Amino acid sequence: MEPILAMLVGALFTVAIYLFLSKHVIRILMGAAILGNAVNLLIFTAGRVTREVPPIIPGDADALTGAAANPLPQALILTAIVISFSFFAFLLVLGYRAFQELETDSSDDMRVAEPVGDKTPPAGY
Amino acid sequence: MRTVIFRSIAPYLTSLMVLFSIFVLLRGHNEPGGGFIGGLIAASALAIYGIACGVAPVRRAIYFHPMAIAAFGLFMSGMAGVLSVFASVPYMSGLWIYPHLFGVEIPLSSVLVFDVGVYLVVVGAISSIALALEERDRD
Amino acid sequence: MAGKSEALQDLSVAYVMQPVAAADWLIIAPVIWCILVGALLLMLRKRTDLQPLIAIPALALLVLMTLGLLVHVFQSGTLSMTMGRWLPPFGISFTVDLLGAFFAATSALVALGAGIYGRSDVDDTGRRYGFYPFLMLIMAGILGAFLTGDIFNLYVWFEVLLISSFGLLVLGSERKQLDGAVKYAFLNLIATTLFLVATGYLYGLFGTLNMADIAIRASELRGTAPLMTLVTLFLLAFAMKAAAFPVNFWLPASYHTPRLVVSALFAGLLTKVGIYALLRILGMLFPFEREELSFLIAIAAALTMILGVMGALAQNDIRRSLGFLVISGIGVMMAGLALGSPAGLSGAILYAAHSMVVMTALYFAAGVAARLGGSFELTSAGGLYAKNAAIAAMTLMLFLSVAGLPPFSGFWPKIMLVKASLDIGAWWLAGSILVTGLLTTITVGRIWALAYWRPAVHEDQGAAALGPLPAGATIALAGLVAITVAAGVWPEPVMALAQDAARGLLDPSAYVLSVFPVEASQ
Repeated sequence: MEPILAMLVGALFTVAIYLFLSKHVIRILMGAAILGNAVNLLIFTAGRVTREVPPIIPGDADALTGAAANPLPQALILTAIVISFSFFAFLLVLGYRAFQELETDSSDDMRVAEPVGDKTPPAGY
Repeated sequence: MRTVIFRSIAPYLTSLMVLFSIFVLLRGHNEPGGGFIGGLIAASALAIYGIACGVAPVRRAIYFHPMAIAAFGLFMSGMAGVLSVFASVPYMSGLWIYPHLFGVEIPLSSVLVFDVGVYLVVVGAISSIALALEERDRD
Repeated sequence: MAGKSEALQDLSVAYVMQPVAAADWLIIAPVIWCILVGALLLMLRKRTDLQPLIAIPALALLVLMTLGLLVHVFQSGTLSMTMGRWLPPFGISFTVDLLGAFFAATSALVALGAGIYGRSDVDDTGRRYGFYPFLMLIMAGILGAFLTGDIFNLYVWFEVLLISSFGLLVLGSERKQLDGAVKYAFLNLIATTLFLVATGYLYGLFGTLNMADIAIRASELRGTAPLMTLVTLFLLAFAMKAAAFPVNFWLPASYHTPRLVVSALFAGLLTKVGIYALLRILGMLFPFEREELSFLIAIAAALTMILGVMGALAQNDIRRSLGFLVISGIGVMMAGLALGSPAGLSGAILYAAHSMVVMTALYFAAGVAARLGGSFELTSAGGLYAKNAAIAAMTLMLFLSVAGLPPFSGFWPKIMLVKASLDIGAWWLAGSILVTGLLTTITVGRIWALAYWRPAVHEDQGAAALGPLPAGATIALAGLVAITVAAGVWPEPVMALAQDAARGLLDPSAYVLSVFPVEASQ
């Protein structure tokens, strides 16, 4: 199972990086969404993939009776999903606002904040 | 999206979803569910109402600004941990009380307060984004 | 349900049993305080008149809390508190050593300055967009990052501060801000994702995320290929956060666009969180791997300093010039990390604290200059000395401090770093620190000569002046200048503090002991 997941993680990273290299903000956004999933899958794989029951202690026992799946990677992934979700929501709004205000979604044309044709300051005073 | 069918169903659907979200929130301590998923269900209920009837009725219905709801949830979650000052245990320790109401034991905990706070944070934050995006669509 | 039968079981296998002393609440109090006040201010979003009245006393109290924490840590050593009573490493620990407490106290001082300055700089629109709530929440993120003892928790605090920084960056949603924010947001997203990837690998390797636990186990995997990969990933992620060359391009593209007080806060604090994470993870947890990478870090450091200051020299806008000076300062701190000796690390720590105060103050000075002269552009600014000699004198002190000239706070850490480089024969590193100092002097000299010393370019300049200088701006600037002068004239206490903090990084046994008191005594 691990090699397949590892290859899938690699494929998702490739797609995300390809999209990130695009000029268009909307594609970069898609890349961000895929990158988030790639990382979550990576954490899941790094936490060992096992075919086990959930780690729930029965009502009449004090400890786990047998081998159980590792819950920690899932807790980490849940946190990471929440964070990447809120990130994505923010970036979506930001990208949309930027498209409205700057009238472009090409990062090449986003040069409002950069100095253009600056005069050089005088050498002496 | 503003068909008659959708518009007449939407209020009932919304109220049912909000009720279900509270059920999910409360069962979350020992079973699948909890504040986060409950909050998402409630936020999507508000989003449905917004799609059907427009954003202004939603804002009227929830009365407070969504960000204020989220802020109150954050405050509540933070305070839930502070309760442990009085018990001399580390921050965020679970504290339980078991009051009897009409002869039924009701377990209440600081964990529940935290979870309700999370619910409000999620409802507030997600619905404020969703409402902002829906508003933009129409101008 | 957690029934009452629980009392019959032995809880000490899962729970921290000893009660928490009241003073130990100082560990977590600054973070909770920021979150609670931030939430309260967010609820009062519409009451723009009340917000500064609540936020500024709250920040003053925050300064007292962090100073109290610093004193407490100084007296009783590293402190630790594990959330939810769960025994470490299962619970999330907050562990405060001198390094974390020192940075926390300095950043709280800077935030107080920003709160006071913001009273005059942020108008009602900015306050309605949430300047003060976001200021409190970004402080929660920054302090959480400084105080936590768990790597995943560190990631969460990074995200808290990042999301609040987005809110601050687009305060008012002007075109320029949106342009800068798009670049800032996407590039920082990549950096935090790299951090998360590294955290996932770390968990896969060690099966734990508690820093003290990792410090115990790091020697088991010393120098193996997976660990080297991991440490290099951490280095890349945090270097991007800290804006070190060659991953610094997001900083000059965005730091001049938001409101001035926001730029000041970012320049002072955000990149230093990246430096803190580098010191903590490379300096404390993986010293052996850091040693392997030290040449790479040293080259990146030298290039960051020199290219940063050369960028600053070429700018026409004062704020953009200062943005490049921030990058140049990061290079100096990275040099200390590359050296890794007690002297090198303490130099880096002291320089980071100096840079927090001075970079923020420099942005304040630029804001005051623009208010007096009407422009951030060097082509049109002039005559500021004639207009207000006191402000000009304070600015000159800051200029000398950032250039590393005595008797200001920038001088001592640079001396420590130069000496530490010469001690191990890295003359080229010492040379680049000194060359950077020279180029910085030229840069600030140029700004001084053009904006302050030469006569006003147009006679009517500042005629559209925005009234008298607000008291808040002057107080914030003067307060931070007083700190840099005091730390420069009387450096022994802060130097001793930085040296103790560096010793704590190099020998984490006290850190481990505070998290696992039982295990270590066996």
